Amino acid sequence: MSAPLTLFEKVWRNHEVVPESAETPAVLYIDLHLIHEVTSPQAFTVLRERGLRLRRPERTFATMDHSTPTRTEQVFGGAPISVEAAARQVRELERNCAQFGVELLGLRDARRGIVHIIGPELGLTQPGKTIVCGDSHTSTHGALGALAFGIGTTEVGHVFATQCLLQRKPRTLALNVHGKLPAGVGAKDLVLAVIGQIGVSGGTGHVIEYRGETIRALDMDERMTVCNMSIEAGARAGMIAPDQTTFRYLAGRPRAPQGEAWEAALEAWRQLPSDPGARFDREIDIDAAALEPMVTYGTNPGMVMPIGGTIPERSGDAVFAKSLAYMGFAPGERIREHPVNVVFVGSCTNGRLSDLRTAASVLRGRKVASGVHMLVVPGSQQVKREAEAEGLDRIFIEAGAEWRESGCSMCLGMNGDLVPKGHYAVSTSNRNFEGRQGIGARTLLASPLTAAACAVRGRITDPRELL
Amino acid sequence: MEPIRTLRSRTVVLAVNDIDTDQIIPARFLTTTTREGLGRHLFADWRFGPEGAPRADFVLNQPQSSGCSILVAGHNFGCGSSREHAPWALTDFGLRAVVSTQIADIFRNNALKNGLLPVIVEPDTHRWLLEHSGAEVTIDLEARSLTLPTGETARFPLEPFARYCLMNGVDELGFLLGREAEIAAYEARRAQA
Repeated sequence: MSAPLTLFEKVWRNHEVVPESAETPAVLYIDLHLIHEVTSPQAFTVLRERGLRLRRPERTFATMDHSTPTRTEQVFGGAPISVEAAARQVRELERNCAQFGVELLGLRDARRGIVHIIGPELGLTQPGKTIVCGDSHTSTHGALGALAFGIGTTEVGHVFATQCLLQRKPRTLALNVHGKLPAGVGAKDLVLAVIGQIGVSGGTGHVIEYRGETIRALDMDERMTVCNMSIEAGARAGMIAPDQTTFRYLAGRPRAPQGEAWEAALEAWRQLPSDPGARFDREIDIDAAALEPMVTYGTNPGMVMPIGGTIPERSGDAVFAKSLAYMGFAPGERIREHPVNVVFVGSCTNGRLSDLRTAASVLRGRKVASGVHMLVVPGSQQVKREAEAEGLDRIFIEAGAEWRESGCSMCLGMNGDLVPKGHYAVSTSNRNFEGRQGIGARTLLASPLTAAACAVRGRITDPRELL
Repeated sequence: MEPIRTLRSRTVVLAVNDIDTDQIIPARFLTTTTREGLGRHLFADWRFGPEGAPRADFVLNQPQSSGCSILVAGHNFGCGSSREHAPWALTDFGLRAVVSTQIADIFRNNALKNGLLPVIVEPDTHRWLLEHSGAEVTIDLEARSLTLPTGETARFPLEPFARYCLMNGVDELGFLLGREAEIAAYEARRAQA
């Protein structure tokens, strides 16, 4: 009998074109390559310079999300894209996809959205696949049992030309989560707590497999939130074993296998979960029942605490002090009740339908506090349509929030959606780095529930007060 | 890519942990469609004031940093996004190596493909380097070593294939294209399964 294997090892082994040796990395086959407007242009340039074509154009799939506008008039109304360089990137992606035969869900396509939202939504993301994209949050797709990781633009070119990457096998980290998440505590709080525990470099060199009954109880949207932020712990990828929740999610999606192919796929996918007794290089246990709503107070996602907590003291740590100075906070300070200027609900972390439902459940019949700018940006056009069909858009608009077209939006300051200098933004996105949401912007990462509660009260608020 | 065997330079020290790629090059500069000229935006929000004037208190703006090609940075350099614009900006600025106690995975991969050496050293060596900004050090790829002006030598890990590519100016894409037979055989195997 062969040795028990982890989920990661099974997917890795199935994609070894050439296994690694002491001298050379493995040649790893890539099933699905997702591209977008920001990290692909220079890779297409290399193809042109070297006279190469895409080896398997049908395995590459393009959309635009990062630098695209979210204002309806700029997407559909014929108004020019306000960021001129972004408009050039959009045109260049259109040209590149046409020239190299890549399927593109362009700016006005009804299926467009954030690349990590639409992959699963369309059923392109499937258990057991290798998936790469020139974006670090590609780890999101691991929620369906795929091995998915971010790559740089040079590697985008490698996949274009050969459908393969040269990769050293990462180590494995089992993150065992037990217990029931308390009311008001969600997947975002869970993953923020994980990052707080292991640190922003704690997962470096590893693929994390999230395991345990807490993970099994999460729905697909929640699992994607967890895997999405694996990179914020430094991990190469995050994975969750496929199960009935995964299969129910995928059944009938446009690019998922259909009919007999579906049955065959199910049979293969059921073989993927880690075997009993499979060994991980590291294991960490988390007690979900002890968690509280989390919020970041500094300039990386590891600087995080329960929302009612106090900022720690680290005397002599100049970098920590600089981070707090940027945020306008002090050691020992409580940030609960601190005023908030901006609230952003959206991104590949929390821009799915269930995230919008959660935020809407708080805002229903309430108003965004005076002086607070709240922006709600669906993760895809499909999420937008589904939200509108349920009337969520009316709840947001009547509460005083803005409702936009899909895109990365305020998660990163490159598409015109910005947090003004010095303002405090409670954001459901994934990074609170200095300047991430705009020059001088102060980001506090939180769950959609917490973000909505903060919008209503205009202050950092424990969402359990409003449940 | 130009072969690299040794690198000798004074160091410039940025003693900040967890320097993320949004600091190395902010997202608003990623709307470019080429890889050239990004050095002028390197560490833009740390290097320049609100009006675009260089900040005298930022190390890369200080005269002693001129001509330095080795950056010594705090733990976990290059975390965050996968943007290859980060190593493009660093190399365009004239940097050829980053020395830290840890370098984030995607950044390290991107750096290696652009002739930027990711050098991981032990905390003792790192501490010495942080305390001796401007020290002239030698990085030797063959020996995988970093030699301090004191004569002390620290070894650093470097994946053998990446080292081979750097030392011989070999481009990984050429290597992968050379695996065509194996790739085709793999696809044929999968099609039958």
